[in-house]
Amino acid sequence: MRIRYLLKKEFLQILRNKFLLAIIIVLPLFELAVLPWAATFEQKNISLCVVDGDHSSLSQKLTAKVLSSGYFRLAGYELNYDKGLACLDNSRASLILEIPRNFEKDFINNRPVNLLLTIDAVDGQKAGLGTSYLSQIINNYSRQIITERGGRIPGIIEVKPDFRYNASMRYQDYMVPGVLVILVTMMGGMLSALNIVREKEMGTIEQINVTPVSKTMFILGKLIPFWVLGLFNLTIGMIIGWIIFGLFPLGNILNIYIFAFFYLLAFTGLGLMISNFAKTQPQAIYMLIFFLIIFIMLSGLFTPISSMPEWAQKITIINPIRYFVEVIRLVYLKGSGFRDILPQLYRIFVFVVVLNALAIISYRKTTN
Amino acid sequence: MKQFICFIKKEIYHIIRDPLTLSIMLILPVVLVLILGFAITTEIRNTPFVALDQCRTIESQKLIEKIDGNAYFTLVDAVFSPSEVKQAFRKGKCKLAVVIPPDFANGLLYREKVDIQVLIDASDPNEGSNLYNYLQLIVAQYQKELAQYPHAGGAINTEIKLLYNPQMKGTYSIVPGLIGMIMLLICTSMTSISIAREKELGTMEILLVSPLKPVLIVLAKAVPYLVISLIDMVSCLLLSHYVLAVPIRGNIGLILLLSFIYTLSAVALGLLISAVAKTQQEAMVTAGVGLLLPSILLSNLIFPIDSMPVLLQLLSYIVPARWFIDPLRDIMIKGVGLSAIWVEFLILGSMSAILLFVSIKKFKNRL
Repeated sequence: MRIRYLLKKEFLQILRNKFLLAIIIVLPLFELAVLPWAATFEQKNISLCVVDGDHSSLSQKLTAKVLSSGYFRLAGYELNYDKGLACLDNSRASLILEIPRNFEKDFINNRPVNLLLTIDAVDGQKAGLGTSYLSQIINNYSRQIITERGGRIPGIIEVKPDFRYNASMRYQDYMVPGVLVILVTMMGGMLSALNIVREKEMGTIEQINVTPVSKTMFILGKLIPFWVLGLFNLTIGMIIGWIIFGLFPLGNILNIYIFAFFYLLAFTGLGLMISNFAKTQPQAIYMLIFFLIIFIMLSGLFTPISSMPEWAQKITIINPIRYFVEVIRLVYLKGSGFRDILPQLYRIFVFVVVLNALAIISYRKTTN
Repeated sequence: MKQFICFIKKEIYHIIRDPLTLSIMLILPVVLVLILGFAITTEIRNTPFVALDQCRTIESQKLIEKIDGNAYFTLVDAVFSPSEVKQAFRKGKCKLAVVIPPDFANGLLYREKVDIQVLIDASDPNEGSNLYNYLQLIVAQYQKELAQYPHAGGAINTEIKLLYNPQMKGTYSIVPGLIGMIMLLICTSMTSISIAREKELGTMEILLVSPLKPVLIVLAKAVPYLVISLIDMVSCLLLSHYVLAVPIRGNIGLILLLSFIYTLSAVALGLLISAVAKTQQEAMVTAGVGLLLPSILLSNLIFPIDSMPVLLQLLSYIVPARWFIDPLRDIMIKGVGLSAIWVEFLILGSMSAILLFVSIKKFKNRL
């Protein structure tokens, strides 16, 4: 039962560092409470510059209609198109709506009228959605006045959406579990990655190397505390998600724990492996930053995996974060059961075995 | 001054004599920008959809062709029954299904409105609502074409002009964003760790008894990392232009100046963290946990700050990346001059100054 003493030592080391403990517990909770509100693709408050060459009641009504939609914010009226372009150039506005002279007159006399939307397309997403919103508003408005004036037009096509799998479309619900995964991962990964290499650097590892503690025992002693810490963080995170976002897993909460149990083993294993390979702490840190950024960005948390190029989708197969994000969303949002998360569980199990085996093999008691 | 230069020299030797770590520091950001620049996209392209055309008229076919002809959607299958639609969803063959009712063409002519139903895979609600919006745009365009029949009277046409990035390439906005996020993370952790390291290894004690002022010791440590960060920054910019094909339309000098101030603020932030953290572990955890998510979420990298709740918009003001990513995009892609982005310059500059000041104040010359 030597492991008991090893564990006691590791836990004492963690608990005695008040600063670290605060960072480990307080910061993630703060982030979990605040950051999920940020993760929306919706475009609101697009700054709009209006070049009204007509100054008629119709053009003013149209402008009012556009601004009352909530998607646009008036950046200002400009006298001519060139001045509008200048607004776009220096980023005071991202969209120009130009209403031509004689707009009202032509419209009443059934002559075709053309509005010009000029949009800053640096951000393609914003440009696409912005023009989509604006065209719809203008389209509806035009139909509205045509019918008011007794004109006959083809029936309006109404697109009735049926959002499957997440009918309420609350993006926070979708983000909270994902952010939770990232926070738990950072804890487990970062602390374990620095742990062994730190002992190497401080020289304290030699003291352990001369004891009869076996390699496996040593790695286990390092692994378990971070694993416990990770599960602890997960629990608090879920409570925060419940209190602040009213979010509770639809499925059995136990499934999340079962998965997290193995997931954290895998990640601490990765951390320990990095720790073994690195000679100094900075080396370990840079390697870890590399993996963390790649894994997080390619996890499907922020941008869907299906929109990535094929080779990047292949990379995600060896991305443990991806599987946890998938599982926690399945359990939280779709209420999936144990069977549904089995494929991911198998994969994570492979990670556990491979990474921890590597961690044990790459740890050498002898120095060369 | 001479002593200060000596200290910088010492620091440079430190770094150069550990070539492995040095090469990691130089290669890491470039590889990250390269991989993620190609992989991350918020573009919607060729989303697979199935169509259930219960109407089978020229009008309905035209609508489907119109949706298929767009860059956003690709028709993978025409299905013939609702159960096939369900099956296509279950198999993951499509993310969207368009159902056109039997009375569609009739309704267009004789009724005020007709419904078409779209089923959207909204397991990612952000993607789901984007798909819905794009589909609406296409339907609106289709409707506009219909409205051009003579009996329709004067309808309002809209002509859309896309400036700066007419092909709406995702890399144009993602790549400058990635540079901002990655540089912030890496510069800050490099700097904070190097100082925490001296504290942890006990060598700081030796430095502190030297005749040089403690402030200068810390600054001397920061200078080489500033240089490395600048090299990283320049290689990322070169990479984004020559490999990721992001145009550089603005003044290169201005880009370099902006990058310099931004890097300075990141290094200053690193100094602040190292003033508080005693060990490398603490520095790493503070920089990592404190910066990673905010620099992804509150920097305009992927998610538009303008749409966020006010509290988060205010919070984003203290994230340096927010003040770098937008102006970098503006200079690179729109070619704007200093007059358009002086505010960001000013904010980044004062941020660096404040951070430097606070970290020097906080730095203790006793252990």
